[in-house]
Amino acid sequence: MGWPAGVPNAAAALGWHKKMTPLFIAQIGLTLFVFVMLLSSAAGMVYVERKVAAFLQQRLGPYLVGPKGLLQPLADVIKLMFKEELRPRAADAFLFALAPVISATCAFAAFAVVPFGGDTTLLGLIPEGLRLQVADVNVAILVVFAIASMSVYGIVLAGWSSNSKYSLLGGLRSSAQMISYELSYGLALASVLLVGNSLSLTDIVNRQAGAWLGFIPRWFVFVQPIGFLIYMTAGIAETNRAPFDFPEAEQELVAGYHTEYSSMSFAMFFLAEYVNMVTVSAVATDLFLGGWQGPFLSESFGWVWFLLKVAAILFFYVWMRWTLPRYRYDQLMRFGWKILLPLAVINLLVTAAGVLYFGA
Amino acid sequence: MTPFYLFAAIAVGASLLVIAQRNPVYSVLLLIASFGALSGLYVLLDAPFVAVIQIIVYAGAIMVLFLFVVMLLNAPHEDTEYDERVHPLLRPGPMRFGAGLAAALAVELWWALGRGGESGSFAGGSVTSVAAIGRSLFTDYAFPFEVTSILILVAMVGAVLLARREEPR
Repeated sequence: MGWPAGVPNAAAALGWHKKMTPLFIAQIGLTLFVFVMLLSSAAGMVYVERKVAAFLQQRLGPYLVGPKGLLQPLADVIKLMFKEELRPRAADAFLFALAPVISATCAFAAFAVVPFGGDTTLLGLIPEGLRLQVADVNVAILVVFAIASMSVYGIVLAGWSSNSKYSLLGGLRSSAQMISYELSYGLALASVLLVGNSLSLTDIVNRQAGAWLGFIPRWFVFVQPIGFLIYMTAGIAETNRAPFDFPEAEQELVAGYHTEYSSMSFAMFFLAEYVNMVTVSAVATDLFLGGWQGPFLSESFGWVWFLLKVAAILFFYVWMRWTLPRYRYDQLMRFGWKILLPLAVINLLVTAAGVLYFGA
Repeated sequence: MTPFYLFAAIAVGASLLVIAQRNPVYSVLLLIASFGALSGLYVLLDAPFVAVIQIIVYAGAIMVLFLFVVMLLNAPHEDTEYDERVHPLLRPGPMRFGAGLAAALAVELWWALGRGGESGSFAGGSVTSVAAIGRSLFTDYAFPFEVTSILILVAMVGAVLLARREEPR
């Protein structure tokens, strides 16, 4: 390939020339596709959020830019790009720049292990079936949990490095909140993996195929109703959404941890929040709602079911935000430690006993 | 071998910087980077479960608490001139003690590396399987496992005792 002698060829060293099969190319394409889809889903969610909020409050919402205001997210992005990038003089320059990068990276990385459809051959374009999942890791649930636990650093560091009292308070609140709810989140995940008897999300989805009595789908939400509620509650807290949006409580903290951020670095926090919502919904779909399992469609088109289920959960998210007022901070902590955590522990114990008694 | 050297270099470099630079927040972050590199080494050893647990427990949970405390106390940058005059760890006695410890560590490392190839075998067979890890943890290694939990309980009780405020009368 015209490489100068003596210069190591990275591609050849990794054996890429052997791997360049249609399947491999399709996988690279899939990775890019997932990235672009997450970006555009965040933009779409901004629009949906504003429209639903307007609907719930009997307003019109965005309607000027494009038909029915559909181009509003694009206008927002252009506005954010051309805004001036400001940094407080006393801020820690390196960490101030690093924090939004951590937030956005963690948000995108978590989706890498989430399967969103069965095997497909792209309408016969490639010989073998392609699993609609960027990386098939056999400990996928734990990877999702690990990345969720890392994403708190973005918020905490943003709060600290801004050198502003509102930002710092927002960052501290956020870390306390995320540590508190991570426990319940993890226990809810653990009870599902007991029922599913696997740490792989693909296996867990495959175990939810079929139906009881012919019409009740074998979704784990029917086996684990309390687990599902705990997962969703903790998920809302983990993504810092209302009614648990303390890190950015406007009335108390201006804008919380991202008070001092502007332009694209602010946009990255914004993006991270929406991508995290999508990821939490996608994981909830895989764990509790049967993933891409559904009637009428063959396995190659299961992703349609997956998208519908994720969309339903996302709508629920938005609905909650504009319906419920924010809790008080002490209420949030009391709820997390004294109600949600004991409930999650009891749920895990009952599930373990059930699995032991009835068999997985 | 290349990924091994990359992760090893990050782990060693970040660990050195943890003690070499003086901003406590950066120290915490560098320690996280070091844990991340260790986790990469576990992946290379074909132990993804251990790698992910390393991230969840150390980088995700323990270091968040470290960072929380450092931020809450707003620990200042260590003042160079002040340190060099009065910091107790920089007095001759502690310096000699530290040098002694470092020498002991170097000898141990030399001895351990010299043994080469004689590594302990894992009773559970493959480290890859979560089921195998769980089984051996609760059968062959049940006693060390429980003793470790008591050790952590003792540390917890100690921390509560130290942090407890005297009842005002």
